[in-house]
Amino acid sequence: MTAIGEKTVSNKSESTAEVVGVSPKRGIERRGQIITGLCVTLVVVLVVTLIFMVCSRGLATFTKDGIPLGSFFGGTTWNPHQNGADGVPLVGALPMIVGSFSVTLLSCLIALPFALGASIFVVEIAPGFGSKIFRPLTEVLVGIPSVVFGLVGLGIIVPWMRGLVGGTGYGILSASIVLAFMILPTITSLSTDALAAVPNSYRDGSYGLGCTRWQTIVGVVLPSALPGILTAIIMGMSRAFGEALAVQMVIGNAAQMPQGLFTPASTLTSVLTMGMGNEAMGTLPNDVLWALAMVLLIMSLVFILIVHLIGRKGAAKND
Amino acid sequence: MAESMSVKDLNLYYGDHQALKDITLDMPAGKVTAFIGPSGCGKSTLLRCLNRMNDRIEGCRVEGTVKLGDTDVYENYDVYELRRRVGMVFQKPNPFPLSIYDNVAYGPRHHGKPSKAELDQIVETTLTDVGLWDEVKDKLDHSGLSLSGGQAQRLCIARALAVNPGVLLMDEPTSALDPISTGLVEELAVKVAKEHTVIIVTHNMQQATRISTKCAFFYLGELVEAAPTAQLFSTPKDKRTEDYLTGRFG
Ligand SMILES: Nc1ncnc2c1ncn2[C@@H]1O[C@H](COP(=O)(O)OP(=O)(O)OP(=O)(O)O)[C@@H](O)[C@H]1O
Ligand SMILES: [Mg+2]
Repeated sequence: MTAIGEKTVSNKSESTAEVVGVSPKRGIERRGQIITGLCVTLVVVLVVTLIFMVCSRGLATFTKDGIPLGSFFGGTTWNPHQNGADGVPLVGALPMIVGSFSVTLLSCLIALPFALGASIFVVEIAPGFGSKIFRPLTEVLVGIPSVVFGLVGLGIIVPWMRGLVGGTGYGILSASIVLAFMILPTITSLSTDALAAVPNSYRDGSYGLGCTRWQTIVGVVLPSALPGILTAIIMGMSRAFGEALAVQMVIGNAAQMPQGLFTPASTLTSVLTMGMGNEAMGTLPNDVLWALAMVLLIMSLVFILIVHLIGRKGAAKND
Repeated sequence: MAESMSVKDLNLYYGDHQALKDITLDMPAGKVTAFIGPSGCGKSTLLRCLNRMNDRIEGCRVEGTVKLGDTDVYENYDVYELRRRVGMVFQKPNPFPLSIYDNVAYGPRHHGKPSKAELDQIVETTLTDVGLWDEVKDKLDHSGLSLSGGQAQRLCIARALAVNPGVLLMDEPTSALDPISTGLVEELAVKVAKEHTVIIVTHNMQQATRISTKCAFFYLGELVEAAPTAQLFSTPKDKRTEDYLTGRFG
């Protein structure tokens, strides 16, 4: 809609320039359009090539190497250098897929109550503290490199786990806790924005009916902010899903079906970062890694798609 | 049951700025009382004292007494119970982004544990009272935001009436509406006043004459004159009232 609107506006200004005959201005306009247009083209080309490259390499696993889809998505043994009993290489990606989804969901479950609680506090209860101290702080936290979280996990959470439940201390729960710390600022900051965007007239309406602050928060503020909060959750999930380094440092990297929360496991990203440097281009072990990357890419596209759908629905609701 | 309200020697400060000066005024039960006066004279401020919405404004200080019936609202009332009994309708229609049904059911749900049947009953009667039932009975699950401005304002009135308040405060409830919707809301104000005393702020003097029994004129934070509406408009006692009514300032 806006794109069309802008276009008509620029056409109009061009035609008036023609009428009045201010040619230098028109030249600048032209050059500006060309330069910005080139930038757009570059971005589009990059994105398309990236997707194309990952997909073509990834698909080679199934086309060139002839791995059945079932044994990739359903197989539970990951050892690309060996063949199974049926002669098909052992490239079952299910352990990593399960690993990725477990740490993603679990880290969100851990982070969400804290993120929501914090954003309710700073928007509804202490707005001054929220805007002056807390919001800038979370924005700083969002920018902390993931390796820092990994180190903290390695130094504190893994030993702590080991003391608590025994074993190595590495595993899905350790990874989820580290990821929860990492995505906490993202979810907090986005859901704070969502709550702050709720019009005050809704709060007035609720207080005017004799509702308390908590009734108001639960009754109108949270429902109105729901699309924004969902977006915050998805953004957190997509960050957790794509994180490689911090996870790899604490999950234990055992490419096996997760046995529980406390045993070493692996994720799509951790297997990728561990393996990519070691396999020769064009070989099967390399191709399956690209297939894993393709799964990652598709999942992140799905996350973005969900965010857009929520945004569209939220916008329709507020019309 | 319609209840009366009164304020006595009311002074209100926003920080250092005194917005209301020594206001003393009775608002009779079961009638429509209108507040008129130029912009910034403190009409909304006084209205917000009546259900203590001013409590939410930082730096706002109130001296004097405000009574609902015979009870001091600042001394002897739980603020939430007060606001249930003194409802409020705002200048800009502000339906919640919930379904039409949930908008009306919002108050009753938070002030008790009504059964589904009781809620259905409350929703139907209040929506009928505001003349919205026929328009929305087939789409009670649609968002309150899907209504037109006039419908939305009547929904907000229904939402306020659903908890059966003794008094209904309305702050320029028609200033964002078209003439037809304005007429509907005016009729509604007169109709509901018998059961729920109406206190209305308006910029429209015709509106004040059409619907109110008593009218109070404010100027720069002072109550200049309060009288039965017909009397105030025909024989104003104060020069400032006369000037305002004849459009010499405002
Ligand atoms: N939240 C607030 N904080 C500080 N000052 C305020 C606040 N609300 C109102 N005031 C001041 O109090 C005075 C009265 O304002 P009020 O909104 O009650 O006027 P009004 O008569 O309702 O005007 P209008 O007809 O424009 O709505 C004004 O001088 C205004 O600037
Ligand atoms: Mg006002």
